[in-house]
Amino acid sequence: MVVLANAALIGGLIEVCREAIAANADHLSELDRAIGDGDHGINMRRGLEAVYAERSRLAELALPKALEEIGFTLVMSVGGAAGPLYGTLLIAIGRQLDGANGQHDFARALEHAIDAVARRGRASPGDKTLLDVLYPVHAEVVRRAGLAGISEQAERAARLTFGMRAMRGRAAFLGDRSIGHVDPGAKSCALMTAAICRFLEEQCPA
Amino acid sequence: MNPKSANVGIVIVSHSPLVAEGAADMVRQMVGDCVPLAWSGGNAEGGLGTHAAGILAAIERAWSDAGVAVFVDLGGAETNSEMAIEMLGEPRSGRVIICNAPLVEGAVMAAAEASGGAVLARVVATAQELSP
Repeated sequence: MVVLANAALIGGLIEVCREAIAANADHLSELDRAIGDGDHGINMRRGLEAVYAERSRLAELALPKALEEIGFTLVMSVGGAAGPLYGTLLIAIGRQLDGANGQHDFARALEHAIDAVARRGRASPGDKTLLDVLYPVHAEVVRRAGLAGISEQAERAARLTFGMRAMRGRAAFLGDRSIGHVDPGAKSCALMTAAICRFLEEQCPA
Repeated sequence: MNPKSANVGIVIVSHSPLVAEGAADMVRQMVGDCVPLAWSGGNAEGGLGTHAAGILAAIERAWSDAGVAVFVDLGGAETNSEMAIEMLGEPRSGRVIICNAPLVEGAVMAAAEASGGAVLARVVATAQELSP
C-alpha cells in the first residue's frame, strides 16, 4: 500500500502525530481534568517531543525497529498510565512485524499489540480507555476499510466513550460521575489515528 | 563481597515524591542500612504521577542478586512498575516482584524480613500477609 521511502514514512508519521498532539494538548488535559489527573495533554506532548527530537535517528531504522524504539521513547518520557500503554502498543507491533520474516501482516500485528495493551492495563472493551478506539480501528483494518473510513471510525469510537462508565484508571474512582466525559486516552488515540490516515492518504492517493 | 547486596532490595513507588521519600525514610530509620533501598515518586517533571524511567532507575539503585521487592500505591504506579521490570530484561526481570501490600506497612515489614537475609519469596509473602 505504502510506496514511500522508509525514512520519509517514519519521519512523516512522527511529525504528524507530534502535530496532532501539540495542537490538541490543552484539550486533552482539559478532558483529563474532568475525570483523571489533568496531565494527559502535557504528558503526551512531552512524549511526542522526545520522539520528534530523535526523528533523524529513528528514520534510519527499518519500520519494525523504528516502531519498537518509538515505543521505548514513549515509555521513558510520557509517564502516567499512557506511557506504558502506548509504549506497549508500538513495541508489540514492531516486534510482531520484526518476527514475521518479511511476511508483514499489519492487521495481525495490530491485533497482537492491542491484546498486549489490554493485558498491560488489565482493561477490556467498554472500560472507557484507549482500547475503545483501538479495537474498532482494528476491525476497520481487518475489513480493509479505506483510510478515511478508519479515521472516521476512530473519531466516532472516541466520542462513544462519552457515555461509558470508567472501569480502569483514576476515572474509575468517580464511578457514575465518569459518565458524560470523553476519555482522554481514547481521544489522543483517535487524534493520532486520524493524523496517520490523513498523512498516508496524502502520500498515496487512491 | 558487599554484605549489603546479599539481602533482598526494596523499592518504593508512589505518585507523590514526598510519600515515596517519606516511606523510604521510615524504612531506613526502622530497619537500618543493611537492605538496599530506593524510591521513585512523581512524574518526569516532579509533579504527581509515576514514570517507568524513574522506577527503572530506582530498581537499579536497589538492585540485589537476591532480588527486589517493589511497593506501589495507585494503579498507574503498578502499570509503570511492570513496564520498568520488563525493561530490566531477562534474567533480572524474573527477580523483581511487585507486592500486593500496603505501601508503608508492606515496605517496612519486607525490609525487616529482608534484613535477616530472607529469600525474595519469603520477603514478598511477609509483606503480602498484610493484605486481606
